[in-house]
Amino acid sequence: MSLEKAIPVKINGVPHELLARANETLLDCLRQHGQFEVKNGCEKGDCGACAVQIEGEAVDSCLTLTWTVEGRSITTLEGLNDTNKPHPLIAAFMEQGAVQCGYCTPGIIVAAEEMLRETLNPTDDDIALALSGNLCRCTGYTKIFAAIRQAATVLREGGGND
Amino acid sequence: MLSEFDLEMPSDLQASLSSLPYATPLGGGTNLLVDLRARREKSKRLVWLGNIQAFREIKINAQQVSIGGGTTLSDILHSPAMAEAAPSLFNAARVFGGQMVRNRATVAGNICSGSPAADTVPPLLSLDATICLTNAEGCRSVPLDQFYTGFKTNLRRQDELITGLSWLVPNSNTANLFYKLARRKGDAISVVGVAVTVTREGDRCTHARIALGSVGPTVFRAKDAEAILAGGLLSEKLINDAAQKAMEQSKPIDDLRASANYRRHSVRVLTRRLITQAWHSLPEKTAHT
Ligand SMILES: Cc1cc2nc3c(=O)[nH]c(=O)nc-3n(C[C@H](O)[C@H](O)[C@H](O)COP(=O)(O)OP(=O)(O)OC[C@H]3O[C@@H](n4cnc5c(N)ncnc54)[C@H](O)[C@@H]3O)c2cc1C
Ligand code: FES
Ligand code: FES
Repeated sequence: MSLEKAIPVKINGVPHELLARANETLLDCLRQHGQFEVKNGCEKGDCGACAVQIEGEAVDSCLTLTWTVEGRSITTLEGLNDTNKPHPLIAAFMEQGAVQCGYCTPGIIVAAEEMLRETLNPTDDDIALALSGNLCRCTGYTKIFAAIRQAATVLREGGGND
Repeated sequence: MLSEFDLEMPSDLQASLSSLPYATPLGGGTNLLVDLRARREKSKRLVWLGNIQAFREIKINAQQVSIGGGTTLSDILHSPAMAEAAPSLFNAARVFGGQMVRNRATVAGNICSGSPAADTVPPLLSLDATICLTNAEGCRSVPLDQFYTGFKTNLRRQDELITGLSWLVPNSNTANLFYKLARRKGDAISVVGVAVTVTREGDRCTHARIALGSVGPTVFRAKDAEAILAGGLLSEKLINDAAQKAMEQSKPIDDLRASANYRRHSVRVLTRRLITQAWHSLPEKTAHT
């Protein structure tokens, strides 16, 4: 049996240590650490509910071994919010009613935020490409697309956190 | 919970090669971790390649493309010159998995997964890509076309890594296309994948590649179909004959995604469509430079 190691990471900007053995996934460690916004859907890369960003890049935390993120910055949904106001994506999801059961939402916002850092003028194709690893069984995606378009507009007009 | 294993995370290539004879390489983990969880894979020792310096490097010049063994599908999509230097591969990256998978999945891992549905393999075969297999002694180049020996078997020795891939940039008289037929546009396993390369000189096709995925135990080139096109005066009939031959060379199976018959039919239709499209996208007059 491999040893348990203390893995130094930053979670949403704050330094932490995650205790993990070699075979433990980041998904399990983050939830044990209390990051319940990171959801466990399928544990095999299909649903995207467990998505977090490592150094700004969205990954499925169920397919990421905790040891491999040593020294990295991890961003979850919680990390996107400013202390005073919600991230434009989160605000737009609430305004557009893009959340039903909400299970898929943290992963979707994490994936969409990565795309919006590449382009603030996303076409529907860009949005579909960004969300191609996120399953939503409730909304039918229409309102999710609307929310992402709205957030892009807000960010283009300089309405984001700075 | 994943079964128990040890994990090494060397930051240089030599160190990872010296562990390899006893361990399984871990790239993006998008196959390996799924297989470990399902207990299809039983390795007790993994070597993670994600810390190796410069392993994700992409180099493109006027003649040649080379990519490192750690290059991900997202790296392909984000490389500005790739759409020209490997149109089929670029298109495969656009319909590959989901964003989180593309951010981690490597081209080398896709090749080594050995799946007949591996989406980068038809494009790479259509580009005549060569892979670099490296062990502690050095590197050997193997044409990807010779790499597979059967269903999920290949020429890689236990002590070797794929450290890179290279191919020539298609010239301006050459078109290179890929189409993935699947049940959804994103996050779906291919029902059939077809990649073609066509070089046009006036009315003549001087070079042709047709590579087929998900219709045999490995991805393969339909060489008899290629031979019908290469050197010939291209006509609708010649394209139909080649498409028919590609279908005859396919050996698909029935599975939960599609029947063998549907796959055979799709190979013919898609081969015909892609060759036709490729041909008409090329200038009639050859630009001699
Ligand atoms: C949700 C989901 C969607 C997917 N969608 C697609 C899809 O659309 N198309 C598709 O083709 N595949 C798809 N896949 C499969 C998988 O993502 C790809 O095959 C991927 O390219 C594997 O790369 P990896 O780096 O993750 O490999 P790993 O899982 O790390 O490794 C796969 C195999 O390759 C070996 N290996 C890895 N790197 C090297 C190397 N450098 N040298 C030698 N051996 C190596 C490993 O030992 C292992 O045997 C999907 C997977 C998931 C979970
Ligand atoms: S729980 Fe990770 S992708 Fe579904
Ligand atoms: S809101 Fe329920 S799964 Fe998306």
